[in-house]
Amino acid sequence: MNTPMTALPHPARFRRLSGPAGIGLLLALAYGLVPLVAGDYLLEAILTPFLALALAGLGLNLLVGYAGLLSLGSAAFMAVGAYAAFNLSLRVPGLPLPAAFLGGGLAAAAAGLVAGLPALRLRGFYLAVSTLAAQFFVAWALNRIGWLSNDSPSGVIGAPRLVLAGWSFEDARGRYAVSLVVVSLLTFAAWRLVRSPTGRDLVAIRDQETAARIVGVRVARTKLLAFALSSFVVGVAGVLWAFAYLRTVEPAGFNLDRSFQILFIVIIGGLGTLRGAFLGAGFIVVLPLVLSRLGAALLGDGFDSGTLEMVQRIVLGALIVAVLIREPAGLSALLDRLFTRLFDRPRRVPA
Amino acid sequence: MVSSAPPHSSWLPSALRRVAPLPGRAAPRRRARALAAAPARSAPPAGSAILAVEGLTLTFGGTTAFEAIDLAVEPGEIHAVIGPNGAGKSSLINAISGLYVPQSGRVRIGEATFSTVPAGRLAALGVARTFQNLALFKGLSVLDNVLSGLAGAQRAGFAAQALGLPHARREAQAHRARAAEVMADLDLAAMAGRPAGTLPFGVQERVELARALVARPRLLLLDEPMAGMTATEKAQMSRFIREARERLGSAIVLIEHDIGVVMRLSDRVTVLDHGRRIAHGTPAQVQADPAVIAAYLGGDEHAGEAA
Repeated sequence: MNTPMTALPHPARFRRLSGPAGIGLLLALAYGLVPLVAGDYLLEAILTPFLALALAGLGLNLLVGYAGLLSLGSAAFMAVGAYAAFNLSLRVPGLPLPAAFLGGGLAAAAAGLVAGLPALRLRGFYLAVSTLAAQFFVAWALNRIGWLSNDSPSGVIGAPRLVLAGWSFEDARGRYAVSLVVVSLLTFAAWRLVRSPTGRDLVAIRDQETAARIVGVRVARTKLLAFALSSFVVGVAGVLWAFAYLRTVEPAGFNLDRSFQILFIVIIGGLGTLRGAFLGAGFIVVLPLVLSRLGAALLGDGFDSGTLEMVQRIVLGALIVAVLIREPAGLSALLDRLFTRLFDRPRRVPA
Repeated sequence: MVSSAPPHSSWLPSALRRVAPLPGRAAPRRRARALAAAPARSAPPAGSAILAVEGLTLTFGGTTAFEAIDLAVEPGEIHAVIGPNGAGKSSLINAISGLYVPQSGRVRIGEATFSTVPAGRLAALGVARTFQNLALFKGLSVLDNVLSGLAGAQRAGFAAQALGLPHARREAQAHRARAAEVMADLDLAAMAGRPAGTLPFGVQERVELARALVARPRLLLLDEPMAGMTATEKAQMSRFIREARERLGSAIVLIEHDIGVVMRLSDRVTVLDHGRRIAHGTPAQVQADPAVIAAYLGGDEHAGEAA
């Protein structure tokens, strides 16, 4: 009786994209081929921010997509992660790099726990508005408390050297590798989480909170856990953003715009799916590049960076509306449909 | 308020009576805890009932949902609660399961007595329920919905699950085996992987029943499990309910409109009308009760006007 049940029959659509073969292929590409063939520009200006944003989206998706708790404070948790890791590596001499990442994540998880307390009483838009408090408080604290940024003017911090066991990861390839390893590990952990009984509890609370309480899900505890875990992942994404991508960051880099960007990644990519974060982040990172190339080709020199930014916002806004109307389940569902159409076409019986 | 409490509370130990409820909604949670903490062993509760509702009254604003309801359900009994629309049946179930806060009266579940039942402790008390308008987790598969019925029995912590520690894995395996058993009993095995939200209504009712049964409840509250079903589906559902009682020995409180089903299925019947209990007894007794006939046919004095 056990054997057929342990291999949980997923809907066919999941099997193809997230099956062992697909994942293996992706990992082989990311770890093997990309570092070999990609140039510095692709690695440090596109792939590294893509990975950091995808990780932030993954973390937020645990909260918004799985547990159904809307948060607008992602950038604040990224900032807490980045500044905590910065302070740890600054003030604890000889602290290994993974410990700084872990510390950044834990600090963000603690901040998330506090910011999540209103979730015990509020939901939906009211909860989202209450998470704005975290957003503004963190920005205020980082600007006002000089100690947090080692008394640097306007709170700018520089990343420590990325060295692990004598190996330097300072170049573009190294920073990509650090990001990739961190993102792979946390994605695996998130995958374990959403398939565990705790992951089931998250979805139960999202879908039917009353019924969840009745069947014995400890609702308050699980909601706070969702905030802590989500913020941990988002915090580590903040460390990647600061240490591996930008190298110097200021509090303004983690403003409300960033929070919305992460939320858009989740919505565009697909709520409640792990790969949605990657699809959404890919979309958000690639879109400006495509637009600027397109603009330059069509308008020549008239297409300056100001115009680019305007066009980017307009197109992004239009696309979000389009996605929400056409496919509320996001790019991941679109991709599923595409694959189904390509491969699942009913085969004709040969005459 | 205690002094004016009805005589049926006389078995309560004095410690309990001191914290007995005031009317109104003030601090229901604390009150419930205090009541539950007081041991009721000094005097055995009247009868061996698994569920004893005593003088329960619920009002919303100025509207009375039900008033001074008494209800006793013996272990292993199928107890139907019937009555015209708006009689207060669903409200009664919701008050028993802690979703509504009654103004006065008590609910005893097993050995624990509450003025407000803590909904979060129902599973631990051995109570499961289904909902009138279905409350499945639509985004989860049928299997996961059924497994979620064991959330209250989950012992392994989150970290143990994530790390795949042996006791967490053993527990998960045992729960999956139990879920498979229930799904086989209710003819759900074939659709274990389907998202619950995509299933036809009648099947969703069955998934809800499976989610309730998986934890082997000693008390099962079914709020119109056969609403909108065809005769065939009703017969099937009745069979599942009877089998559940035989296999698990659960006491079952059943709200149902179909009088035929009620007469065939239940051991005892309580009839509500306009928030009051107008009759109780065996199906045959209730069927012959003039008050029940009046309630269902619209009452003597209005019979002429209604025509």
